[in-house]
Amino acid sequence: MAGSTESDASVVAEGLSKRFGKTEALRGLDLYVAAGTVCGMLGPNGAGKTTTVRILATLIRPDSGYARVAGFDVVRDRGKVRYHIGLAGQYAAVDEKLSGRDNLRMFGRLYHLSDRVARSRADDLLERFDLAEAGGRRVETYSGGMRRRLDLIASLIIAPRVLFLDEPTTGLDPASRNEIWAAVRNLAQEGTTVLLTTQYLDEADQLASQIVVVDRGRTIASDTPDALKAAIGDRLDVVVRDVRELAAAAEVLSRFAGLEARVTPERREASVAHNSGSLAVVDVIRELDRAGLSVENVSLRRPTLDEVFLRLTGNDQPDPPDWRDAPPESNSHADMKAGKP
Amino acid sequence: MSGAPMVPPMPTSPLEKLRWTLADGWTLVRREFWHMKSEPIQIVLPLIFSGALVLLFGYVFGSAISVPEGGNYREYLMPGLFAMASGTPAMINAVAIAREKSKGVVDRFRSMPMSRVAMPFGKTGSDIGIGIIALAMTATVGLLVGWRAHEGLGRTVAGFAILLFFRYAMSWAGVFLGLATKSETLDNLGPLFFPFIMISNAFVPTGNMPTWLRTIADWNPVSAVTQSARVLFGNPGADATHSAWPLEHPIIATLGWSVLLIVVFGSLAVHRYVTAED
Repeated sequence: MAGSTESDASVVAEGLSKRFGKTEALRGLDLYVAAGTVCGMLGPNGAGKTTTVRILATLIRPDSGYARVAGFDVVRDRGKVRYHIGLAGQYAAVDEKLSGRDNLRMFGRLYHLSDRVARSRADDLLERFDLAEAGGRRVETYSGGMRRRLDLIASLIIAPRVLFLDEPTTGLDPASRNEIWAAVRNLAQEGTTVLLTTQYLDEADQLASQIVVVDRGRTIASDTPDALKAAIGDRLDVVVRDVRELAAAAEVLSRFAGLEARVTPERREASVAHNSGSLAVVDVIRELDRAGLSVENVSLRRPTLDEVFLRLTGNDQPDPPDWRDAPPESNSHADMKAGKP
Repeated sequence: MSGAPMVPPMPTSPLEKLRWTLADGWTLVRREFWHMKSEPIQIVLPLIFSGALVLLFGYVFGSAISVPEGGNYREYLMPGLFAMASGTPAMINAVAIAREKSKGVVDRFRSMPMSRVAMPFGKTGSDIGIGIIALAMTATVGLLVGWRAHEGLGRTVAGFAILLFFRYAMSWAGVFLGLATKSETLDNLGPLFFPFIMISNAFVPTGNMPTWLRTIADWNPVSAVTQSARVLFGNPGADATHSAWPLEHPIIATLGWSVLLIVVFGSLAVHRYVTAED
């Protein structure tokens, strides 16, 4: 693991701002990704994840703030930045009318590889990512997972130092998602720095050694997944036998924790954050028993990244809105504001 | 990563940069031909298209249309179909580029260390080759239904050259349109393309149109292109007297329109591609 001096960082961004018409997409975003690590960027739709990636990949310029990728300024030295980055995303950005092999050959030629080298590189990569057989077919005929893999390969032709993956598994089935995850892990092992944006918290949990939580154009947290989870404390879950007793159980938990418990009737579960030892599990069990509630299970556990996220974005309340399906841009902000207690 | 090839360093001298730009442009020109290889139907599409139009206009409508100062209507029609074929890249390129933009292919190109202008130049450059094929197909259909070029080899070649030049200009218009519009918007604009072609002298003489419409038709670039082809191929309608300047001087008008389109849309398209933010 790299140290924390700036010279080790592959991606540095400070105070990035970007406005599109009336929408403030970024409002002073900071980012720091150590070389050779995988950083997961989390945030609801419209938080500014894609805008950040587009700035770092030199597709758009920030209104203010600065950013460096692989040591080069993304505005002044954008030509050099493009030598060291790969970009893949939720859209399979390849030519659908060409075969997979011809796509890679074309992109190789555009990196000014000789035709011979471009062809052999294409064959190597297709082989490595299990697309050798499909390589001769037009991309139109590929499944979603195959397209996404080809898109990923196309950004690996020159072995980039920094790879940007913008929601690489959105809309993929679990098997295809696992294949992409395995590929990302391999790349990270070989020393590629990966900045991954995702709406799936378990994806960040699985892949990233560092998590950056972004909300409304700003960085609101940046740490390892474990540290983030530790920071909000453990959770105490109680499952009752009879769903009619759930409200009473939640009441007990709320009283002990001084926080409103979250209720999930489908699982007959009440859950509350466990703050700094104020909540003795034994006392809770005794109190539940005294109230005559029939308890099936009591468990103390680390919070999930979802819970960390909801807490950080101010949505830690009984029925959080499902921000995964929230409409993009301003609407999701409205949802989040409305969701505050 | 293991086995990754060495990428040649970025050029510094202007000459090297030009060489890179040409190499990138050529790669993207070849891409269009790889498309044809994987979808051969595209090659014969102009043949089917002009065949259908010859049938429709030459035999269905044409039976009721009389050509000024006599002559075979199908010989009158063919220059119009050549002009129409030359106008199509405005629409085809716009749709193709808007789609690639929405799929992220344009973003991939823009994030790579390749020449900034290769993509628009590659697109329009490849269209010259595609245009030659399309004109050859259309001419084949013409020859089958009795169309001939009567003015000798030199003027025949000049006629096709001017058609290609106009096509190249329309190709730039299409590239700009594709970069500037959303894919869905283009689907709605598509039907406007046919009035643009039809309100002209391509299918019927403009003489009997109402004055206001006639003015539009006479100044439509398609009319100048059609008239140039009639003059250079010696087809019916070539000697008719016209009230509008572009039809009195069709070749100068066509060249003027084409240069204007290339300058305006070429610079807009390149600027848009290099700076696009959306």
